Amino acid sequence: MSEVQGLLRSDGFVAVRQLPLRGMITVKGDLSATALKNVATGLSGVDFPGPRECNCVGDNGIAWMAPDEILLMVTHATIPDAMAKVAATLQGQHYLAADVSDARTIFELEGAGVREVIAKLAPVDLAPDVFPPSAFRRTRLGQVPAAFWLKDNQTAELICFRSVTQYVFDILTHAARANTQVSYF
Amino acid sequence: MLILHCPYCGVDAEETELHAGGQAHLTRETVGSDDEAFEDYLFMRENPKGVHFERWRHASGCGKWFHAARCTTTLEVFGTYSAQTTAPPREICDAISGKRPGWSWKTFSARMFS
Repeated sequence: MSEVQGLLRSDGFVAVRQLPLRGMITVKGDLSATALKNVATGLSGVDFPGPRECNCVGDNGIAWMAPDEILLMVTHATIPDAMAKVAATLQGQHYLAADVSDARTIFELEGAGVREVIAKLAPVDLAPDVFPPSAFRRTRLGQVPAAFWLKDNQTAELICFRSVTQYVFDILTHAARANTQVSYF
Repeated sequence: MLILHCPYCGVDAEETELHAGGQAHLTRETVGSDDEAFEDYLFMRENPKGVHFERWRHASGCGKWFHAARCTTTLEVFGTYSAQTTAPPREICDAISGKRPGWSWKTFSARMFS
């Protein structure tokens, strides 16, 4: 699926960039099951995350969404293969796998004030000792659901529903516009 | 601002991330119930000044329903617990008893575990 208008981007004290579509599979099931862990780590090439964590390298990663749900991220082109592999591995088990790639938008935020931009919009404590890199939070951003994690202390990735892409981009851009740092963290 | 600990994902979520689900521990009256019991189930709710049990959903987070015990006058939260239960667990009742000795709510009370 192509993005007709191109990818959104803005530069304030934190840069907000929409990333190209990423393959995302919601997997629900028993997270302690070996088969589920194996297929998730096998497809993404990262360690299985603990509660409220996300391990992500490039386009590949696993995010812990709930005690019975993960979000498996792969490159967009490999989605059919990944879905087939999940189905083959978990056959006969109680699970659900849904390709949600095209329902989502992913943003990258980059800049020293990245914690501040998110903290302006989400009811989450982003203090470095409370929310270290690899911590993952599913919450709301302004008025819509979103989830984010820090790749490092300067970079965050944030996912939201595709239908609210423009809204999320607008509030992030507004929160990140130049000379509005609070310098709290 | 109410802050509730989600017992499923472990997040301390504030009110705006949650969805209120009304009174907890309702017994669903259905086929075979008499009219009075069914009317109670449909329409009658507790509205206490003090200890109250409620259902909440971590709507913007993990999406799970859970139970919360709190005080309606002070907004003090006594604890949150699993949705997979028909009565508050002992540790929740003990926590309430510690702060509101002699409390009672419908058929639950401080005496339950004494």
